[in-house]
Amino acid sequence: MAQVLIANRLSDGLVVFLAADGAWVESIAAGVLIDDDRAAGELLDQGLADADNNLVIDPILINVTVRDGTRTPDAIREAIRAAGPTVSVET
Amino acid sequence: MYRYDEFDQQLVNERAEQFRRQVRRRMNGELTEDQFKPLRLMNGLYLQLHAYMLRVNVPYGCLSARQLRQLAHIARKYDKGYGHFTTRQNIQYNWIRLEDAADILTDLAAVGMNAMQSSGNCVRNVTADHYAGRARDELQDPRVWCELLRQYSILNPEFSYLPRKFKIAVTGAPKDRAAVALHDIGLRMYLNEGGEPGFEVIVGGGQGRTPVIGKTIREWIEPEHVISYVEAILRIYNLYGRRDNIYKARIKILVNALGIDKYRELVEAEWLQIRDGVLKIAPEELARIDAYFQPPAYEQLADQDTEPSQLHDADPAFAAWLQSNVAEHKVVGYAIVNVSLKSPGKIPGDLSAQKMDALADLADQYSFGELRVSHRQNLVLVDVKQSDLHALWQALGALDLATPNIGLASDIIACPGLDFCALANTRSIPVAQDIALHFANSTKLQHVGDLTINISGCMNACGHHHVGNIGILGVDKRGQEFFQLTLGGSSDEHASLGDRVGPGLPQSEVPGAIERIVDTYLEIRDGKDECFLNTYRRCGMEVFRTAVYGPAGPARRVTATRQVA
Amino acid sequence: MSTLIKDNKLTEDPFTRIGVDDAIPAQGAVLVPLATWQDHREKLLRRGEPVGVWLKSDEHPEIIAGDVNHLQLIALEFPTFRDGRGYSYARLVRERYGFEGELRAVGDVLLEQLHYMGRVGFNAFEVDSEDALAELEIAARDFSVWYQPSADGRASSAQLRTELKRHG
Repeated sequence: MAQVLIANRLSDGLVVFLAADGAWVESIAAGVLIDDDRAAGELLDQGLADADNNLVIDPILINVTVRDGTRTPDAIREAIRAAGPTVSVET
Repeated sequence: MYRYDEFDQQLVNERAEQFRRQVRRRMNGELTEDQFKPLRLMNGLYLQLHAYMLRVNVPYGCLSARQLRQLAHIARKYDKGYGHFTTRQNIQYNWIRLEDAADILTDLAAVGMNAMQSSGNCVRNVTADHYAGRARDELQDPRVWCELLRQYSILNPEFSYLPRKFKIAVTGAPKDRAAVALHDIGLRMYLNEGGEPGFEVIVGGGQGRTPVIGKTIREWIEPEHVISYVEAILRIYNLYGRRDNIYKARIKILVNALGIDKYRELVEAEWLQIRDGVLKIAPEELARIDAYFQPPAYEQLADQDTEPSQLHDADPAFAAWLQSNVAEHKVVGYAIVNVSLKSPGKIPGDLSAQKMDALADLADQYSFGELRVSHRQNLVLVDVKQSDLHALWQALGALDLATPNIGLASDIIACPGLDFCALANTRSIPVAQDIALHFANSTKLQHVGDLTINISGCMNACGHHHVGNIGILGVDKRGQEFFQLTLGGSSDEHASLGDRVGPGLPQSEVPGAIERIVDTYLEIRDGKDECFLNTYRRCGMEVFRTAVYGPAGPARRVTATRQVA
Repeated sequence: MSTLIKDNKLTEDPFTRIGVDDAIPAQGAVLVPLATWQDHREKLLRRGEPVGVWLKSDEHPEIIAGDVNHLQLIALEFPTFRDGRGYSYARLVRERYGFEGELRAVGDVLLEQLHYMGRVGFNAFEVDSEDALAELEIAARDFSVWYQPSADGRASSAQLRTELKRHG
């Protein structure tokens, strides 16, 4: 099962994903995609360490489905977190 | 309006600096998230799905044009150029950076505003009738007591770690626009036989997952004792409210567990010990605060004929707006104007910075620079000359703020839902938009008449679904969004909780179901003057259940909701 | 490492904490649980040494309201910082029962709460901190005005306004 590690960045609260180089990035496409339990465990440990280091809040692994190269989280909640609100805001 | 003096100002300045230090301690790791969370919540700062959200208090809904301009400035400088007005008469910003939060508090302090205790297990922003001090039916202007309660509750050292949050609402009118029976404490002002004002005290109301209509704990209390009586209620709650389960921690659960008579006995015994102490409101303090709420310099005018029937032929759109959006003012020749933030298709309660500025200008031009926020997520211009109504209507129309729908089917209360909120199970804004577009035709809207539709995206009930004439509750069923309908709720002086119609519907079926409910009402109502709520109370659920599910009743269904794009 | 701050100073705790099953020592100040106080009240008073009573958050201090003049210390426990009962208890102990001895906050006591605790009548705090005194100083500087009259005797803003008007 494909997974990514999602969190909110401490400084601005924005949704971020853990990338291969250890950076937290705002695009789900740029995050690490893993599909085995061991890699998942390592990724989560890395995220929790960054939470302890006050970089991010509440890192969790979420399941995603990849279709035509596009990653979509399976849960509606996480899909909305990744893509932003489904309604257009007044500006 | 109340204005901060040097003491108020110093307190909010110090609070902003305290929070600046706490944020710094969090950023450099001296505070963990667990330790920091209650501190940021006490300053109205949540972490939502996409960013931090800041909830700013609008004390009992009163807002000056100058403050609204500052809210616009904050929206532009620190957010994405808009804000969201809530059912607690507050404003929320959805896209706040932790690094900016203390600066925002400083900017708010500069115009006598704050975000203190807009979250956390403490006394929240005191809410009130949004027509307070202006409504023609009002018996007593409650704002001076609201301000006393505000000051009493802010940074109260004894009650900042209550079992759970605590909400107080106040009204001075027989027509309850403040939903006082649905608050932890509701205060209803009236005049006794001697013509003296006093309060009925209601306790233990609330919505959330256990909705309860509050019970009268005291039929009458003199205004000078209202703070001490509130303290007695709070102290008994603080000592005996449950702390083992956050879903059982509100005062309503305690009142229900003890029974209102036992709770009253405890409160009265406590109150006897403190009633003549330091909390008794001193006449000079009352006079000092009351001076802020003196009426503006009204002109001597005559009432104009603004009966919609007279104007209808000349300008039906204006007549429709007058009928639904304008309310009677206590001063002859003036009117109260509701500014609808519910243009169909828009997000209920949202307002752009540009429109905030424009509205502030209109408030200066037409309403002595004063506005209100209503608990139905609209704004109000409280002091408009009747002779200015037409010009104001045109100006509001140009801003798309004159939809003639106050109290009607498209004036929908909706919580932010899963588009923004970390607690939500389902979205609520798209549902509100679909329904409002369904009732976009103003003739149909007026034909249906008074009808409140309230939507919550989870059982915490921030969208007040329990007390909507039609309530909509979003529920998650195995990862899919479904919506349960309730009928018959009301938050006014005859408050009632809605009854569930049946199993949840997918979002795509909600507008159709609402339409069938409304059509049924139109068929069976006892004339045009019987509103939806009264028809429901007279006819009961069955006819409406049939309208929703058909004569065979609800079938087991497996229908997918709309996919997230 | 837990540290005791009393009257704004770091203090060695002169009280020995006694558990429910512990024997009462012949000499020295003791801090005892409520049950021990209730069972051995006379014996504890006869010792002629300072006595303190430790109350858990579900033990209402009304139980010892009549005894406060015999006590040198009352310790109110905060099982978690979220449990705010101790704030109400403290005001009752000071304002209603008239206790003038040491009122100590123990348990999960956070720096950010010290100014509230001071306001309701605590004058001693047991905190987990490396640098408790510096932290207390920071917390004490947070606010210089308050809306509410409370147990610390400081004037509320309403009282200050009245003063100002009288003299100003």
